[in-house]
Amino acid sequence: MADTAIRTKKRPKNLDIMSIRLPLPGVLSIIHRLTGAALFILLPVFLWLFERSLATPETFAEVKALGNHLIVRLILLGFIWFYIQHFLTGLRYLLIDLHKGVELEAARFSTKVVFAASTTLMLVIGAFIL
Amino acid sequence: MIKRKLVGAHYGFGDWLLQRGTALVMALYATLILVIMAVVQPSTYLEWRGIFDNRVMAFLTFIYLVALFWHAWIGVRDIWLDYVKNTGVRLLLLMATLAVTIGYTGWAVQILWRV
Repeated sequence: MADTAIRTKKRPKNLDIMSIRLPLPGVLSIIHRLTGAALFILLPVFLWLFERSLATPETFAEVKALGNHLIVRLILLGFIWFYIQHFLTGLRYLLIDLHKGVELEAARFSTKVVFAASTTLMLVIGAFIL
Repeated sequence: MIKRKLVGAHYGFGDWLLQRGTALVMALYATLILVIMAVVQPSTYLEWRGIFDNRVMAFLTFIYLVALFWHAWIGVRDIWLDYVKNTGVRLLLLMATLAVTIGYTGWAVQILWRV
C-alpha cells in the first residue's frame, strides 16, 4: 500500500543533531514543550505552597518567610519565566490556529515578538522580586 | 479489517480543541487574579485567605485548576505519545499521568473547600 511504499523507499536522512539548525519558530516550539513539562513537574510544589499559604496563619507565615531567601526568589523567578514563556508561546499558537501569521515571514516575526515580550516581562518582574 | 492500536493519537480533535479551550480559561483567570492582586494587595494571612474564602472566587479558582490539570494531561500525554514507543511503558506512563492529574483535582477541592 501507499503507506508501506513510503516506508521502504530509501530517502536521504540526516539525524546528526549537531549539524541541524532548528529554525527560530522550531526553537520556540521546543521551548513551549520544555516549559510545559517543567511546569507539570513543578505543579505539586505549587499546589503544596498554595495549600500551606491558605491553611493557618502559621503556615502562611512559613510560606511568606521562604521569600526571604534569595535562592527561593531565584527559583520563583525561574518558575514565572516558564509560565510567561509558555503563556505567550501559547497565545501565538492560538493566533496561528485562527490563521493569523501563518506565512513564513510573519511566523518568524511573531517568534521574535514572543521572545522580546517574555524577556521584557522577566526583566520587569525580576526587578520587583530580586 | 480495521486495525486499531491500543494507544495512539487517533482521537486527536477533541483533545486539540480542549487544549485551546482550557488555555483560554486559564488566560481569563490569570487576568482576573492579576487585577484582584493589584486591587487587594494582600500582605496578611486574613487578606490572602479572604480572596479565596469568597465562594465565587473559590469556584473560579477551581475551574482554573481543573482547566490547568486537563491542559497538563493533554500536553504530557502528547509528550509520551511522541517519544515513548514501547506500548507497555507508554500505557504505564499514561495511566500514571492520568492518575496524578485526577489526584490533583481532589487535592484542589481539599485546598479550596477545607472543612
